[in-house]
Amino acid sequence: MAHDATHAHDAIPAHDGHGQPGGIMRWLTTTNHKDIGSLYLWFAGTMFLVAGSFALVIRAELFQPGLQVVHPDFFNQMTTLHGLIMVFGVIMPAWAGFANWQIPLMIGAPDMAFPRMNNWGFWLLPVAGFLLLLGLFMPGGAAAGGWTMYPPLFVQGGISYDLTIFAIHILGASSIMGSINIITTVLNMRAPGMTLMKMPLFVWTWLITAYLLIATVPVLAGAVTMLLTDRHFDTHFFNPAGGGDPVMFQHIFWFFGHPEVYILILPAFGVVSQIIPTFARKPLFGYASMVYATASIAILSFIVWAHHMFTVGMPAAAQLFFMYSTMLIAVPTGVKVFNWVATMWKGSMTFETPMLFAIAFVCLFTIGGFSGLVCAMTPVDIQIHDTYYVVAHFHYVLVSGALFAIIAGVYYWLPKWTGHMYDEKLGKLHFWLSVISMNVTFFPMHFLGLAGMPRRYADYALQFAEFNMIASIGAFIFGFSQLIFLAVIIKAIRGGRKASDQVWEGAQGLEWTVPSPAPYHTFETAPVVK
Amino acid sequence: MDKADNRILLKKLVVVTVGMFGFGFAMVPFYYKICEVTGINSGDAQVLARNTQVDTRRTITLEFDANVDAHLPWRFRPLQRSIRLHPGEMVQVLYEVENLSDRDITGQAIPSYGPQLAGRYVKKIECFCFTGQTLKAGEKKQMPVMMVMDPALPNDVHTVTLSYTFFVQPDSGKAAQGGRPAANG
Ligand code: HEM
Ligand SMILES: [Cu+2]
Repeated sequence: MAHDATHAHDAIPAHDGHGQPGGIMRWLTTTNHKDIGSLYLWFAGTMFLVAGSFALVIRAELFQPGLQVVHPDFFNQMTTLHGLIMVFGVIMPAWAGFANWQIPLMIGAPDMAFPRMNNWGFWLLPVAGFLLLLGLFMPGGAAAGGWTMYPPLFVQGGISYDLTIFAIHILGASSIMGSINIITTVLNMRAPGMTLMKMPLFVWTWLITAYLLIATVPVLAGAVTMLLTDRHFDTHFFNPAGGGDPVMFQHIFWFFGHPEVYILILPAFGVVSQIIPTFARKPLFGYASMVYATASIAILSFIVWAHHMFTVGMPAAAQLFFMYSTMLIAVPTGVKVFNWVATMWKGSMTFETPMLFAIAFVCLFTIGGFSGLVCAMTPVDIQIHDTYYVVAHFHYVLVSGALFAIIAGVYYWLPKWTGHMYDEKLGKLHFWLSVISMNVTFFPMHFLGLAGMPRRYADYALQFAEFNMIASIGAFIFGFSQLIFLAVIIKAIRGGRKASDQVWEGAQGLEWTVPSPAPYHTFETAPVVK
Repeated sequence: MDKADNRILLKKLVVVTVGMFGFGFAMVPFYYKICEVTGINSGDAQVLARNTQVDTRRTITLEFDANVDAHLPWRFRPLQRSIRLHPGEMVQVLYEVENLSDRDITGQAIPSYGPQLAGRYVKKIECFCFTGQTLKAGEKKQMPVMMVMDPALPNDVHTVTLSYTFFVQPDSGKAAQGGRPAANG
């Protein structure tokens, strides 16, 4: 992708009045939304391989009961870094990459509203990633207190905990800059005639996501700031001996944390809502209800946070409130799933790779939604909280949900980005290996959790051996299958069948009216939308 | 869609961001207010949990004692001499400690029990003895201990003494800055 933007750039220097630096300086100083989109996507892809290899360390250790591969403390560092990087270094930057590439193209804007802030927003990310990984080389190793950063562990740990807190601050600043840019671009820079209710769903979901980010990321920043002052400046927000309360951290964290899971998934809803109509060759069923469902999910996500904390000892009334409000979210989510299925209903469907991943998304994300409902029932959750059941739940919504949608989106727009069709055979191979191995990995975790296997331990009781072995085998297949994805992308950048402007027969929208590959500058005069 | 509009929106969004950062901190007093109003965290947590493990047939006297190692210029005392409690009941008591010197010092409290075997049955949920305590020069503070007496406590034990002794924490970085001579002396 990145490569190709260069070609497009070289091909039409006339469009580029200001003399741009070449080589590395070009990427450091770029303010072009397509360049920055590519940078975000490459960063996300690289971090995906890093955090993925950490996951394989975890699964290697859990292949058999007992301690074979790594020291338990290193195991904890791996679970912590895997979680933090996958959430903040892979899924979020990948969505930011899509937003940068696609939003201006989809609403007919020449670029993002604040191109220089956009450049900053990206270049903060490698710094934060570096700080997170630097912890591995510090005395005592990386932070090992879990991605949720609960005190007292996160107050007691060594220097790498400070690095982690600092990295979270930087990542937060980056997402806020990205969000402000996206909101401003979408609200102020749409092409004439593109009313809000004509916007493509991907743009809608990102607009709502950006609001969620602005409302919750500062709260996370506050929470980790309190950790930092508890660590170094003798405050006692979370230390009971000084009159604080560690449970309060959980409330503040999850006030951010639950909206965060929707930050990860709403753009996925958007991408899938673009892909399914294209390959079903029918307009999206229930466009307006999709918009309202997204908005209601976002609003509800602020009042359900304590479903992550049913076991801390809440009054029964609070437990009931959080149980019912959580279950309520299933209603708008159900509306969405219904609409996707209804869009496919009687459509003339074809099954190219993006569509395959989108259909897998609909099926498997729904499984994750159902296991979420199981977790939402307080009495059940008291049993399965912090077990592998929860691990199964959030990997169904995050791997076969957010990640599959990212992969689907890359296949879908890759021809527009590179100008070449990707290798469909390899794409299908990648799909089938991923979808099967993903289920082999995560489905058995439901059984493990129900049987009582706790999460975040390097060892387990003998009765859990078989399912863990199956999960580990699945994980290695899944991990190595992603190299096929990398190969497909590189192949498409290098060459391949020339993509037409519209790329897909059923594709609708402004991004398909520009040439493939999309030129370095597009929509310098705004198109008119009827 | 001109630049000025963008800048106005930028300012509004920055205000929201800063406001939400403040909201995170506002959750702290809000949290304690809710706990107070609903009576959570007010020490009767066992009532909420409907603790059925409290053995109300027995009442134990728990006495408190506090000592300071000769090298540590601190004053240390329990704020209650003794309490009476049922096995299985969660109780909270307070100790007070004061740094009489003009240096920051880190101390570590070591508990001991009388009779000695009772130590096994005192289940501490929270204690200042879990970590080193750093007191600034002249600082005075109160420190809670939360604990449950295990109902398995042998029937012939009616009185338990919980005694803490504070020592200079030898390997504490903070003590090394100011408190080291005392530790060596
Ligand atoms: C119908 C929708 C959903 C419901 C009802 C739901 C419910 C829940 C509940 C009750 C828990 C807490 C379980 C426990 O810790 O005991 C949980 C955990 C989790 N959920 Fe969901 N969820 C839903 C959708 C999602 C989505 C869309 C995502 C992300 C894309 C997600 C990501 C997570 C994560 C990451 C955790 C675990 C956090 C941790 O403890 O590390 N969930 N979910
Ligand atoms: Cu949640």
